[in-house]
Amino acid sequence: MAKVRGAVVVDTEVCKGCNLCVVACPTQTLALNRNVNNKGYHYSYMENPENCTGCTNCAAVCPDSCITVYRAKFEN
Amino acid sequence: MGELRLMKGNEVIAEAAIRCGCDAYFGYPITPQSEIMETLMAHRPWEESGMVVLQAESEIASIHMVYGAAGSGKRVMTSSSSPGISLMAEGISYMAGAELPCVIVNVQRGGPGLGTIQPSQADYNQATKGGGHGDYSLIVLAPASVQEMHDFVILGFELAFKYLTPVMILADGVIGQLMEKVELIDQRPRWTNEQVAEISGNWATIGKSASRKKHIITSLELDSSIMEQNNIRLQEKYSLIRSQEVRYEAISCDDAEYIIVAFGSSARICQKTVQIARKKGVKVGLIRPITLFPFPEKIIAEYAAKVKGFLSVEFNAGQMVNDIRLAVNGKTKVEYFGRMGGIVPTPDEVETALEQKLLRG
Amino acid sequence: MSEVADRIKEIIKPENLVYAKSPVLNDDIMHYCPGCSHGVVHRLIAEVIEEMGIQEQTIGISPVGCAVFAYNYIDIDWQEAAHGRAPAVATGIKRVMPDKYVFTYQGDGDLAAIGTAETFHAVNRGENIVMIFINNAIYGMTGGQMAPTTLVGQVTATTPNGRDVDLNGYPLRITELLAQLPGAAFVTRQSVQNPAAVRKTKKAIRKAFEIQAMKKGTAFVEVVSTCSSGWKLSPVESNKWMEENMFPQYPLGDLKDSSRADADLYRIKG
Repeated sequence: MAKVRGAVVVDTEVCKGCNLCVVACPTQTLALNRNVNNKGYHYSYMENPENCTGCTNCAAVCPDSCITVYRAKFEN
Repeated sequence: MGELRLMKGNEVIAEAAIRCGCDAYFGYPITPQSEIMETLMAHRPWEESGMVVLQAESEIASIHMVYGAAGSGKRVMTSSSSPGISLMAEGISYMAGAELPCVIVNVQRGGPGLGTIQPSQADYNQATKGGGHGDYSLIVLAPASVQEMHDFVILGFELAFKYLTPVMILADGVIGQLMEKVELIDQRPRWTNEQVAEISGNWATIGKSASRKKHIITSLELDSSIMEQNNIRLQEKYSLIRSQEVRYEAISCDDAEYIIVAFGSSARICQKTVQIARKKGVKVGLIRPITLFPFPEKIIAEYAAKVKGFLSVEFNAGQMVNDIRLAVNGKTKVEYFGRMGGIVPTPDEVETALEQKLLRG
Repeated sequence: MSEVADRIKEIIKPENLVYAKSPVLNDDIMHYCPGCSHGVVHRLIAEVIEEMGIQEQTIGISPVGCAVFAYNYIDIDWQEAAHGRAPAVATGIKRVMPDKYVFTYQGDGDLAAIGTAETFHAVNRGENIVMIFINNAIYGMTGGQMAPTTLVGQVTATTPNGRDVDLNGYPLRITELLAQLPGAAFVTRQSVQNPAAVRKTKKAIRKAFEIQAMKKGTAFVEVVSTCSSGWKLSPVESNKWMEENMFPQYPLGDLKDSSRADADLYRIKG
């Protein structure tokens, strides 16, 4: 059975760590990183990448347009 | 020879605006200049040329409509009278800062406050020293006839686009309400979109094509080093205007021992004063500044070395007299005579003042 | 672990792209605070402009307030207006270029306090413009002072004990008032605190621009928004506070959806 899997790419230097994408993510894929970017923000990242379905909810609420979303179908 | 007509000063502003191809007028009624918008509305130029004429909800809205349309590279104007110009001061400052061209007509009335609807020249300082906040100047044209009301609309747009700056026509209630013969220019077309693109395409907000960067009309700059450069650029522009655009009329000055300096309708009264004084054997001349900014300081400085004194005649408490004193720089006597509150002095009154303040003084 | 990494690599390919930043947005990092609603609304406007293919025909008017620098982020021609005057500036632009798309982007102080007259009269004339109204019930740029839309009891820098009706009057529901004006074609109140709300707001903005194309009158989109810095809450807490406190006072939904009124309804008899 085909399964839809997603992945997000966060532009970590643009991210301000507002956490809105983390809250908006229905699959608990995202979290704020312990590390910080050059501005000192804990940027968003895929903590549980295997959960991502590529639903784009994170990108929809991102105020800084720093999220790119990919989605693909896999057979297994 | 253009068409000759007998017209009121205010009406001819409207007529000249239509004929020179002005794109839009935004205004708000105020005495003594409401005929400008009334005349425009009666002509319905939008049917002929597409020129926009819109009555705004306030002078504040009017000037910001002018800002928006001028930022689109169009030839835009407004008109008002003294209290209305105070309300416009915000937008005029923004336009000077954003370097937008427009023509603003101020048919002055007496102040301060609501003052009177009678003629006055009490907005000289406001007009020539900026009028709003920040370091800026307007080009200020002072018409003394109905013909000049006509001519300065055309000249105003030329200067506004040459220097990308607001131009003010500083008239007064006398010139606005006066009826005189005027020669009108033939109808000129409004600029086409192609002409707008050619003339103002490197700054106007006419839609960002793929081939260029976006245009931003703004006076804002938070980086002090850039803001200082912006200010320096403005000041250089004003210096250029001072060196290139001074206009004045000198009447009977060649052999003059005394010179009256007066602008607008005051200059017309003083022209008669010159005749009266000369009949009495007093050699008096008249300098009529046509541009109040740039002020004709050079010619006044030249005569300062030759004459026994200047008399500044203004319908105010003495405003231009300070610019004359700066130009004269202590070389000779500079006196002021004027009336306020809407009173227009007679030529004899001025002549008496001349005798008292300069000849006997 | 490497299996997951390999899987991600397989997914992140151009042919699998489902969402990327609109090219109508510039690459400049926005100056807004983390979580600010402005960023979302900017993005939605850019996406609508991109999808409608009107980048070359659109002129934006930025306000005075936090969004003064909106012109840095959306790649179109812009004019920056004096405080509250954006609707007058938009009127000037639209009247001389009636075929362009013109929109204002204003906050609550700009649109509903200092610019109330310009706002009302532009809508009452039925100017064929789009007005985007960001209502976060506070002055952000100047440091969190009371706005006309500040709620009763809400603490701001100039209402340290909370907005007091005796002293400060009532929160202004300007959008309800504007919906009464015959010049308004489309008046709606939306929000951007979750993905569903964001998608609805985008639809509303798209509709507003389409109404402009049809010259049906003024299209007005209020976005009830957050100001984490002004409210002194985290972005996530701000969304919760907004839902609990702002939405009862500023209920979401369309307030008018038609076109400007028929002039004959207002005409003299003869």
